[in-house]
This record gives sequence, structure tokens and C-alpha cells, in this order.
Amino acid sequence: MTAQDIIFYLLAAFTLVTGFLAVTTTKIFRSAIFLLFSLIGIAGIYFWLEYEFIAAVQIIVYVGGIVVLIIFSIFLTQEAGSNLPDTTMSKKITGGLAAVFGFGFTLLQVLQHKFIGTTEQGIEPNVANIGNRMLGVNEFGYSLPFEVVSILLLAAMVGCIVIALKKPVEK
Amino acid sequence: MTGIGLTHILFVSIALFFIGVYGFLTRRNMIMMLMSIELILNSVNLNFIAFNKYLWANKMDGLFFTIFIIAIAAAEAAVAIAIIINLYRSHRSIDVEDASDLKF
Repeated sequence: MTAQDIIFYLLAAFTLVTGFLAVTTTKIFRSAIFLLFSLIGIAGIYFWLEYEFIAAVQIIVYVGGIVVLIIFSIFLTQEAGSNLPDTTMSKKITGGLAAVFGFGFTLLQVLQHKFIGTTEQGIEPNVANIGNRMLGVNEFGYSLPFEVVSILLLAAMVGCIVIALKKPVEK
Repeated sequence: MTGIGLTHILFVSIALFFIGVYGFLTRRNMIMMLMSIELILNSVNLNFIAFNKYLWANKMDGLFFTIFIIAIAAAEAAVAIAIIINLYRSHRSIDVEDASDLKF
């Protein structure tokens, strides 16, 4: 077992344990913090896979953006120190059974399937290649989905403002 | 060459996906459900990156899927939190059991 393997196992265990704590802990603020650590663990796995750009995007968007948004909405909607009502035993059993059996069957399929990869020379996933592909209009370009996502983000931002706006008081 | 292959990373992403499913099924708080959905989306991203690296390194499709999923997840989280705050204003609670106005 090389050092690289040990680092992967540590990152995987960190991600899974903090993810599990995030969905099972009873204090909602702790849950948000555990989610933060789980997302950092996934960013670490991206670094381990040598996809540095995706890892940086993961840290900026998820850790810096979405978790902060979630923590702000926790502050706005509940008392941060209080316990959530405990889930009923029947819900825990149904959810646990669904998760365990789904996990088992999917893992069985993955283990039985023979993955056949390409043998061609790989493309380095660096920022120059990503930028050329993302704004390219030739055969392997992604400029149309890029534009569609930019319109979607604009629509989502306008929609958020309209939904969360306070109704003006009648005079 | 390292001993970690595609299957190891798929194991992590499957486990994370079903942790998210468990959280989505058991928690009744809307913010907790949103956090479970974020975990599920992250496991899918990990899957795409793993397939891109180990099977189709000559293309960049998985990487671009991941980038677009991150963008859409950010938009989804923002809209969901706007809806949650609006629901809290009208119902004084973000428990899904309390939001039963449309229940028949």
C-alpha cells in the first residue's frame, strides 16, 4: 500500500463519516458544519484525482457559497442552538432499509460490470484546455450549454429576488 | 501504478448518494432536506469525474457535466432557500409536516 492509497482511504473515510453525521445529528447548525467538512473532503478527492480546477470550483462554490447561504437561512428561520424534533422510529427504519438495499444493489451492479475504457491519449484537464473547450463552437465545444446555463442563472437570480421579496404594505 | 481504481471511487460516490437518500427520507426539516440534496449532487459529480478520468480520458465530457451541475446546483440552492424563507414568513415553521395547505 503506497502513501497515495492511504491518502485516498483517509479522504474517503473523512467524507463518508462527516456526510453521515450531517444527516443524523440533531442540532441543525452542527449538521451544516458537518456538511461543510464533507464537501471539503470531496474537494480533497478531486485534488487526489488531479482535477485541480474542479477542486477549486468545488471549494469556491460549495464551501464558500452554498454552505454560507444555508447557514444564513438557518439563522433566519430557527433558533440555532435548539434541537430538532427527533425522527420517528418507523421513518428511520424505512429510510435505512431503502438506503441499505439501494446501496447493496447498486454496488452489486458496479462490481459485476466490466468497465472498458478508451486507450487513446488523454487530455490534460488544465485551465487552458477547459477554457478552449467551454467557449469553443467547433465539434467538441460547449458554448451552447454555457449560454443556456448563463440564462438559467439569470432567471434563477431574478426568481429568488421576486420570491423572497417582502410584500409592500398597503397604504 | 496505484492500487486505487474506478471501483473504489464509485464505492465512495454510491455510499455518499445513499447517505443523502437516507437523510432526505428521514429528516422533516426543509433545510436538512436541502443539505441531503447537496450531498446527492456531490456524489453524482464525483461519479462523472471518476468516469472521465478512468474511462474516457481522451474526452472532457464528464468534466463539463460536473461544471454545469455545479452551476445548476447553485441556482437550485438559491431558489430553494428563497422558497424556504417565504414559507417561514407565512407559516412560522419550515417543517414539511406543517406545510399541508394543499393536502387533500
